[in-house]
Amino acid sequence: MYTQKFYLLAVTLIGLSLATPSCKPRNESTAITSDAAEKTYVAPGKYDEFYNFVSGGFNGQISVYGLPSGRLLKIVPVFSVFPENGYGYSEETKPMLNTSNGFVPWDDQHHLELSQKDGSPDGRWLFANANNTPRVARINLATFKTEEILELPNSAGNHSSPFCTENTEYIVAGTRFSVPIGDNTDLPISSYKKNFHGTVSFIKVDSGTGHLSLAFQILLPGINFDLSHAGKGPSHDWFFFSCYNTEQAHTLLEVNASQRDKDFIMAVNWKKAEEYVREHKGDLKKVSYVHNVLDEKTQTATSTKESQVLVLDPVQLHDFVYFIPCPKSPHGCDVDPTGEYIVGSGKLAALIPVFSFTKIQKAIGDKQFDGDYAGIPVIKYDAALYGEVQKPGLGPLHTEFDGKGNAYTSMFVSSEVVKWSIKDLKVLDRKPTFYSVGHLCIPGGDTKHPYGKYLIAYNKITKDRYLPTGPELAQSAQLYDISGDKMEMILDFPTVGEPHYAQALPADLISKNSVKFYKIEENNNPFVTKGEKAAKVVRDGNKVHVYITAIRSHFVPDNIEGVRLGDEVYFHVTNLEQDWDIPHGFAVKGAANAEILIMPGETCTLKWTPTEAGVFPIYCTDFCSALHQEMQGYIRVSKAGANTPLIFGTNLADSSVAKN
Amino acid sequence: MRKILLMAALLGFTWACSNNSSSSAGPATSSSSDESAKASTAAGSTNYDSVKGAGKFTHVELNEKLDDKMIASGKSIYELKCSACHKLTAEKLVGPGWLGVTDRHKPEWIMNFATNTDEMIDKDPKAQAMLQVCMVRMPNQHLSDEDARSILEYMRKNDHSK
Repeated sequence: MYTQKFYLLAVTLIGLSLATPSCKPRNESTAITSDAAEKTYVAPGKYDEFYNFVSGGFNGQISVYGLPSGRLLKIVPVFSVFPENGYGYSEETKPMLNTSNGFVPWDDQHHLELSQKDGSPDGRWLFANANNTPRVARINLATFKTEEILELPNSAGNHSSPFCTENTEYIVAGTRFSVPIGDNTDLPISSYKKNFHGTVSFIKVDSGTGHLSLAFQILLPGINFDLSHAGKGPSHDWFFFSCYNTEQAHTLLEVNASQRDKDFIMAVNWKKAEEYVREHKGDLKKVSYVHNVLDEKTQTATSTKESQVLVLDPVQLHDFVYFIPCPKSPHGCDVDPTGEYIVGSGKLAALIPVFSFTKIQKAIGDKQFDGDYAGIPVIKYDAALYGEVQKPGLGPLHTEFDGKGNAYTSMFVSSEVVKWSIKDLKVLDRKPTFYSVGHLCIPGGDTKHPYGKYLIAYNKITKDRYLPTGPELAQSAQLYDISGDKMEMILDFPTVGEPHYAQALPADLISKNSVKFYKIEENNNPFVTKGEKAAKVVRDGNKVHVYITAIRSHFVPDNIEGVRLGDEVYFHVTNLEQDWDIPHGFAVKGAANAEILIMPGETCTLKWTPTEAGVFPIYCTDFCSALHQEMQGYIRVSKAGANTPLIFGTNLADSSVAKN
Repeated sequence: MRKILLMAALLGFTWACSNNSSSSAGPATSSSSDESAKASTAAGSTNYDSVKGAGKFTHVELNEKLDDKMIASGKSIYELKCSACHKLTAEKLVGPGWLGVTDRHKPEWIMNFATNTDEMIDKDPKAQAMLQVCMVRMPNQHLSDEDARSILEYMRKNDHSK
């Protein structure tokens, strides 16, 4: 037995040693340390230390991971319909995806920002941007539900969003694509320089409810607004945006928007802007956008049309918007924890410029300007510059901070993370990523108080990292331990959709507030059924409202007759359970939309338009008890004009059911 | 020799598992309310009181005269949270019919079962016997202490008047 075992072990070891070099890319051995597994292992039944919220890019969702394990905990649908739970399909949630262009079931979700208090994440809300049809969303972190979506007028593509100020006074939005703005937008594309404009929007966040309202917009020249971050501490009153395409190209931007040696970081004094708003200095412009809110008590979303916005023009109203030259086509725009240093990452630059807030203030005071750009003063580069990180790598994109005086910048082209010292701008360490890293995240890494233990790199390309899955491969995250002087890569995990920016925070800031079920007594959905006694089927013209309850493991009613072709049937399903982790599902044969998942104490509505006469099963889709397979029923559909009586119930005597 | 070793290993594993499950609840036996979690540490399994059950209620004072206000409240709670599974007759639906329940169980047992459902199902002999009949764990419907008392009064009314 002993020799047999030894033989097996030897074969395994030899196999491993043979396999390792052949399937791992170069540099791998130097990147991974021997205790990596120990550092990321979270034993079964144990919780992770951090929540990691990761944008889903083209899937329009947010995925939630535990760190350091990289385990996927949840997918939160935000801008995209989600047939898995009925988001965007149920009558209650359909209005969430309404826009001025009608129902838009998809978007491109790039950046996330956690709400903050005193410059630190407070675990209340998560904000998300939509890059395609410009919107911002608020997710309640007690329920992990999207509660609010605000559309942005005068905008086309909301990229530099939804970053927030230190006390979540505002979140911002900015146009990635400048477009014609105003009454007549049917204009030649070639008139870009003359007619196209950009805007950045400041969205007020109610400190009690989290409700969003569009406070004001700033009208800007027609360039592309890319990313942003708020100031903090001494720079609290300011917001910084990266801008590219100052060439104002409208075609072949790959070449034509890369001509100038420098583009801009735009600095906005939002406190000064607030003063202008108070003094009624802005112009109220007629626009059209919608504001969608999910009411917690009725569990129902409403979509409201809005028709005006306050616009501030920095050419008319002075001293609150400035441009700072930044080489070349800056992407990331990141402010260090002290609020003094603003890092602009020029995608095409061979260096990273770091600006000083103190110097910017002095330059403004001393009017050290290099003329203006479209009427907005341009601060002299040297007057704003703290210094440059020389030869950091190729293609710097984004920077996060560890709170110990270090910055970490992603290098897209050279596929690496570079750690450098803010004080002396010296590169301290570099580690490869696999491959083509985009955003980075350190828990709290864009706030006043980062938790500088881990860094996560979100990669665009993963060829050869995972088992092949056809032409399309997973994108990925890589976890680095940054607690020591040198970074150590300790884990790879595939992500859902395409990860862009992400946020992370200590788990207990959220877990302690997590809602376990909705109190049935407080359910104010107009179609709630409070107890089986109240279950009923009501005909209203050709609309049939089924007030149906679910509890382990039956529906009331589960036999329904008297529906006719031409009817629209609304199943208002109330889950009567009052216990954690007991959702029920509801599906009906031939439904052209989706299923719905109903949380304990909640009411959700699925609309069903039968297309043929017959008997159709309904059933619970979420395994709920030992008798889950018995949780089913039937609905009978008769021909149009038939006189089948309306009968409904559960466990009805056969004699009470129509015989024909 | 090999078999013995394997068995020993398996035994060791099983012992370790059962040891774990008594201290931290797995998914099938999760006690989801904070109250029941507290109760579970308080009630030692060695001297289990199968008459009164496990939970915070050790003595429930009953008045001979029924309280109409509690009965009314108990009725509305019954219709919202209980009637899906329990009839007022002796007939079993999903759970047992309520007729005679106040003769079968002490008031303390009833109130403990209504508020500390998960722990009771896990350790109470009568609750476990009923689970074998019904095959559906009674859901924790998160009744407050006051709710449970009202339900008890409603059950007494149901038993008295039939």
